[in-house]
Amino acid sequence: MTDLADLTIAQASAGLREGSFSSIDLLDSAERRAAVSEPHLHAYLTLDRDGARQAANAADRAIANGDSRPLVGIPIAVKDNMVTKGVETTAGSQILAGWKPPYDGTAVRRLRESGAVIVGKTNLDEFAMGSSTENSAYGPTRNPWNTDTVPGGSSGGSAAVVAVGSALGAFGSDTGGSIRQPASLTGTVGAKPTYGLVSRYGLIAFASSLDQIGPIARTVPDAATLLEAVVGWDALDATSYSGAVPALSRSLDTGVAGLRVGVVRELVGDGIEPDVLEATQATIERLAGAGADIVELSVPAIEYALSAYYLIAPAECSSNLARFDGVRYGLRVDGATTEEMMAKTRAEGFGPEVIRRILLGTYALSAGYYDAFYGQSQRVRTLLRRDFAAAYDQVDVLVSPTSPSTAFEIGSKTADPLTMYLSDICTIATNLAGDPAISVPVALGGDGLPIGFQIMAPALGEEVMFRVAAEVERSAGFTERAKLATSEVVAP
Amino acid sequence: MTDWEAVIGLETHVELQTNSKMFCGCPVDFGDDPNTAVCPVCLALPGALPVPNEEAIEGILSIGDALGCTLTEHSLFYRKNYFYPDLPKNYQISQYTFPLCVDGRLEVDVDGEPTTVGITRVHMEEDTGKSTHVGEGGRIHGADHTLLDFNRAGVPLVEVVTEPDIRSPEQARAYGSELQRIVRALGVSDARLEEGSMRFDANISVRPVGTEVLGTRTEVKNVNSLRSMQRAIAFEIRRQIEVLEEGGSIHQETRHWDEASGITRPGRTKEESEDYRYFQDPDLLPLQVDEAWRERVVERRPELPAGKRARYNALGADPRTAELLVDAGDLAALFEAAVDQGADARTVGIWLTGEVVRYLRAEGVEVGDTALTAESLVELAAMTDDGDLSATAAKDVLAAVLAGEGTPRAVADDRDLLQISDRSAIESEVVAVLDQHPDELGRIRDGDTKPIGFLVGQVMRATGGKADPRLVQELIRSRASS
Repeated sequence: MTDLADLTIAQASAGLREGSFSSIDLLDSAERRAAVSEPHLHAYLTLDRDGARQAANAADRAIANGDSRPLVGIPIAVKDNMVTKGVETTAGSQILAGWKPPYDGTAVRRLRESGAVIVGKTNLDEFAMGSSTENSAYGPTRNPWNTDTVPGGSSGGSAAVVAVGSALGAFGSDTGGSIRQPASLTGTVGAKPTYGLVSRYGLIAFASSLDQIGPIARTVPDAATLLEAVVGWDALDATSYSGAVPALSRSLDTGVAGLRVGVVRELVGDGIEPDVLEATQATIERLAGAGADIVELSVPAIEYALSAYYLIAPAECSSNLARFDGVRYGLRVDGATTEEMMAKTRAEGFGPEVIRRILLGTYALSAGYYDAFYGQSQRVRTLLRRDFAAAYDQVDVLVSPTSPSTAFEIGSKTADPLTMYLSDICTIATNLAGDPAISVPVALGGDGLPIGFQIMAPALGEEVMFRVAAEVERSAGFTERAKLATSEVVAP
Repeated sequence: MTDWEAVIGLETHVELQTNSKMFCGCPVDFGDDPNTAVCPVCLALPGALPVPNEEAIEGILSIGDALGCTLTEHSLFYRKNYFYPDLPKNYQISQYTFPLCVDGRLEVDVDGEPTTVGITRVHMEEDTGKSTHVGEGGRIHGADHTLLDFNRAGVPLVEVVTEPDIRSPEQARAYGSELQRIVRALGVSDARLEEGSMRFDANISVRPVGTEVLGTRTEVKNVNSLRSMQRAIAFEIRRQIEVLEEGGSIHQETRHWDEASGITRPGRTKEESEDYRYFQDPDLLPLQVDEAWRERVVERRPELPAGKRARYNALGADPRTAELLVDAGDLAALFEAAVDQGADARTVGIWLTGEVVRYLRAEGVEVGDTALTAESLVELAAMTDDGDLSATAAKDVLAAVLAGEGTPRAVADDRDLLQISDRSAIESEVVAVLDQHPDELGRIRDGDTKPIGFLVGQVMRATGGKADPRLVQELIRSRASS
């Protein structure tokens, strides 16, 4: 018999409706999977056992009363930079150790309202700054495919729990690729929606103009289902989109015949590993085989995206993280004066990567440097939007690899931040443009680790994005599971 | 000896009394216990986001409109970054380039000399919390500990910035009080300096008369009334002139007004100038104020103090009286109602700003607490116009009406104060008196006017003082010349 932890959300939801098992059974299996995998992975920072059990019991009662909504009773994990009422929320930082928020963020609230069972909070690079989850103040998360490698980041914990089955789905946040890159490295599906589609209220801000919450799941339809639960205008986020929400899952079965698919020339060349390029090429050929018109085209400003990103994101974070000062919550390290207290708290509370970015951002915004750095990067952003718009005049979606490589070894890039920053070379541009993008696993590399394929779409183009993603998933026939999720390790 | 000229610009902060704070739903209420009017947003909890308050935007637009500003279609919110414990986010959401209102002006008048003060900009921002430093005389340095109250954090704050067009402490005060009147007339703030809902910072420099180059300026803060603003500016001008005349130079610095000793003192000197690292707030979209919204603001504009003053003058009020009435809402309402019903504006205005104000002050009551109505003012005015009451008697009657003794006519009757203005009744008394004093009558007829006063006195005595003395005199003269 299949372990319930290996079901997709769609399968689990069907089983609940049919009465084959209960929400409590699903939670038990997720927690059992966590019990065996966590000592190897460290993907969860907090398991909310009591809250989850209450929610699962409530879901079982609702199901008994005919509630058939797709997430009722489904065990879901959320990244620990998403604020959860009464449940410790640290953003992976020492400065928030022990902080129990007095409120739920909007996405979390909507998730609870959808009937989902929130299992726990997942590990991340501190304040979502990183691409490997090694920057967590609470220790790194490891990749369930090979525990010597990273799961990617910053949503590495969310990707790992989905890959291993200690939750059936998860939410992460994506500022420069933080959902898609870990999805790629763990053989899961990860989507970053259009900026503004999911409220940021209750997402601990890293870079406000780039941050978006999005789903990580085992399948494309599951990712669409998760996203549907949290999208839509929110009065508490002035940047949330007030128009009609795209029909995320309407065209999953439509196929790609007649769609124009653009291959981004800048993202299929130098710096991409041969295995990844090969898998990307094979996927493109399968799309062509399914009737898509393949066009190779250029988005020239992508060349400057990484530089612009590493000015904009640090600039915004230097201001966003100013509130962590020891005055009202979190860590406080005493000092002789208020200034000294604040300085000591921040010096001890923040890790080295966070401090590096705060310093970079403070510098970029300083009088006399603002125009050369922050001002210039905003101009690049405008240019990038224009280049993407021109590309979408010719094609319906753009495609590329998600990550230039498969999962890399723990510690292999920590010494050189620039090498680490290059992990996001394929994903960063869409955040700057505000557009949606999704990563779908398509193959294993020669190292036995998964390779993800990225589909980008114009703003609010989620319907066509999911449509192409579903075809990529079908045609890839990728059914491999992470080693840690297979019976040899998890069998009782 | 050089003649010096002062150059003054004012920055005024006005707290708007909206239902909720600038970026969250917390009430704007200063009476509450500390840290009760707070939420995740105004406490800057992790994950919380600001959403602009439309009512506050309406408020600032009405101020900008009243000051003749251009209301801009697209404006931007910026973050002003600095660390301070009572600033929860450690940045203040404010405006920098592209504020909501630009290029306005305010006419002020000092002793009949009008001046136009240019308004550079009016922009929207949020207030900070309040720090209470315990120990060391309430100063942050060396304080034992500091208590923070965030009830005020996030209250909508409007900043009005003038051009350096002000030349004297008197003009500065006139500007301040006119701005205060305008803000109150708009109903957006009580604008009380002593409670901090209106705060002035003055940028002051001096230069030799006839020169164009601006001198080094200082910024004077901590004035708690319009009077102390005037005093502080006057002091600072004198101080700067003295320094310069002694060959010294002015340091650009912030100085605090010390009300008790009547001087300004330098604030803590910063070794380097603060870099606020302004950048557009990515949590807030550009603010769009479309034409329909701007038109709505103009349509809703109430009568402003300058308009009211002009209207009272046109009604015939004494200019000084008009000025006083503009500042006194409840008296102005009585004034308008009485004049509307036909009372003489000059007379009623003088009563209201003279007798009535004196009475109210002496009794420590508001006019609403008294029995005075527009109708009683109209009646009283009619009685004096008709000659039923002398000017002196009218004041006595007014005091009695205020004290609740009855209507003017009833009071005058009770106190037997009505003048006899019936011509035939007085004429018979005049005839009788003239008959009794033929010698005096003869002297008048010979051209000697001296006995007239004596004869008037005799008639007044005969009528118990109730005859209209002007009428008596007129009758004596006409009799003598017939």
